[in-house]
Amino acid sequence: MAQIGWIARRSVRRTLRQPALIVPVIVFPLFLLAVNASGLHAATKLPGFPTDNYLSFAMSVSFMQGALFAATTAGAELATDIETGFLNRLALTPLRGVGILVGQLAGAVLVALLASVVYLVVALIAGADLRSGAGRAVVLLALSTLIRIAFGAIGLVMAPRTGSSEAGRGLFPPGSAVFFLSAIHLPRNLIQTDWFRTVATYNPVSYMVEGLRSLVITGWDAQALALGFGIAAAIAALGFAGAARALRTRLTRT
Amino acid sequence: MRHVLPVAFAIAKRGLRHAFKNPALLLPSILFPLVFLLAFAGGLSTIGNVPGFNFPSGYTAFQFVFVFLQSAAFGGIFTGFGIAGDFESGFARRLLLAAPNRPAMLLGYAMTAVVRFLFTAIWVTIAAFIGGMQVGGSGVDLFGLLALGLLVNAASTMFAAGVSYRARTLQAGPFMQIPIFLTLFLAPVYVPLGLLSGWIHAVAGVNPATALLQAGRGFISGVHQTSGLAFLCGAGLLALMGVYALRGLRSAERDA
Repeated sequence: MAQIGWIARRSVRRTLRQPALIVPVIVFPLFLLAVNASGLHAATKLPGFPTDNYLSFAMSVSFMQGALFAATTAGAELATDIETGFLNRLALTPLRGVGILVGQLAGAVLVALLASVVYLVVALIAGADLRSGAGRAVVLLALSTLIRIAFGAIGLVMAPRTGSSEAGRGLFPPGSAVFFLSAIHLPRNLIQTDWFRTVATYNPVSYMVEGLRSLVITGWDAQALALGFGIAAAIAALGFAGAARALRTRLTRT
Repeated sequence: MRHVLPVAFAIAKRGLRHAFKNPALLLPSILFPLVFLLAFAGGLSTIGNVPGFNFPSGYTAFQFVFVFLQSAAFGGIFTGFGIAGDFESGFARRLLLAAPNRPAMLLGYAMTAVVRFLFTAIWVTIAAFIGGMQVGGSGVDLFGLLALGLLVNAASTMFAAGVSYRARTLQAGPFMQIPIFLTLFLAPVYVPLGLLSGWIHAVAGVNPATALLQAGRGFISGVHQTSGLAFLCGAGLLALMGVYALRGLRSAERDA
């Protein structure tokens, strides 16, 4: 734990010193939330739409966008450590690989958590209706944090493989594609295009979005929450396993 | 004047070779619009059933125009990235010393951006037709849509060039992307202007991108609206951004 703490402290300090890593994580999702909530408000007139407030429906999208930023930040920061030779110096210490990986994620996750609180507060001020009550906002933050850890772990897989911070940032376009090809804009049962509904059904992002969304517009939905938490935890576990293996290979090579 | 075309062609040839030989540069400029088209036209097609949504050519055509104009704008932005990259590598300074006609360099960059846009537009159009896009407009209308795209492409190239000439670093990338991204998304992207409400309706009402989008959608459906205003806005933006780029070029010349 002490090893993780050292790396985590460094990661947090380094991330907080770079406004370029913080501002877009907060501003960009909030801008899209504002535009989508107003631009797609007409969707609430569709028969079967689960709420009459599109802002409440779209809130979960901001959390997912923040997670995407966490992936690119975590990947790019670890890759920068490889580029600058810091990881090679770490390899000479008794520090274990898992300590490096978990610690490296701390900065991205802290920023993501701060951003989540901002999204929640701004959305509630703007008129979003948190159906499950203020107490359950904690569950929303917990799920969004787990999702960010999962996405951050994916970012950590790329860094040791490529050793390039550009490749870490390059996760954003494919990440956006996966993100857009899910049920982020409409509930799956209201997606009219067959192939898109199939893709969205197989896309794990849909279930994470639905888990977050259920807390805002439905209340307690055990199935949606179990799927959301379960899939995020599975992705995090797979991501860390992949990252640990890639890091071992990288350290052996150097 | 006799140096204009050789300089412009040399710049365009280099820019295109660079763009088409680097998949890392080429793929995002094609994939981003395609993903937007798939996500919006596929995932949001139910929006076409909202009461009051009366676009005659269907939701795929409605979104195609947005993605088409977005591709035009992003073709210009990616060319701007190339200019900034040339400054970081030191090539742009050597170019400024060597070129007998420097404003012709802008023409060369604009030619690069046009080819990049047209290349992306072909893929987006194919994808839209595969997705079942219906076209109600005539051949002349489609030429009008293309002309609008070229105006947007040229204006965004000049804007991105102006930013690059001033900042001379790729770090300025967000300053090229974000204003254009904001302008495009503050227009009626998902539904017609009449179905927007609240602050977005007010902003979209004065956003020049709204006129461009409405005109483009008019061309694709054959039911024209704001076509004259759109060309006026496009030409005005191009003139404004052209001056911005030229002044940026002068600034880069002074510091070279």
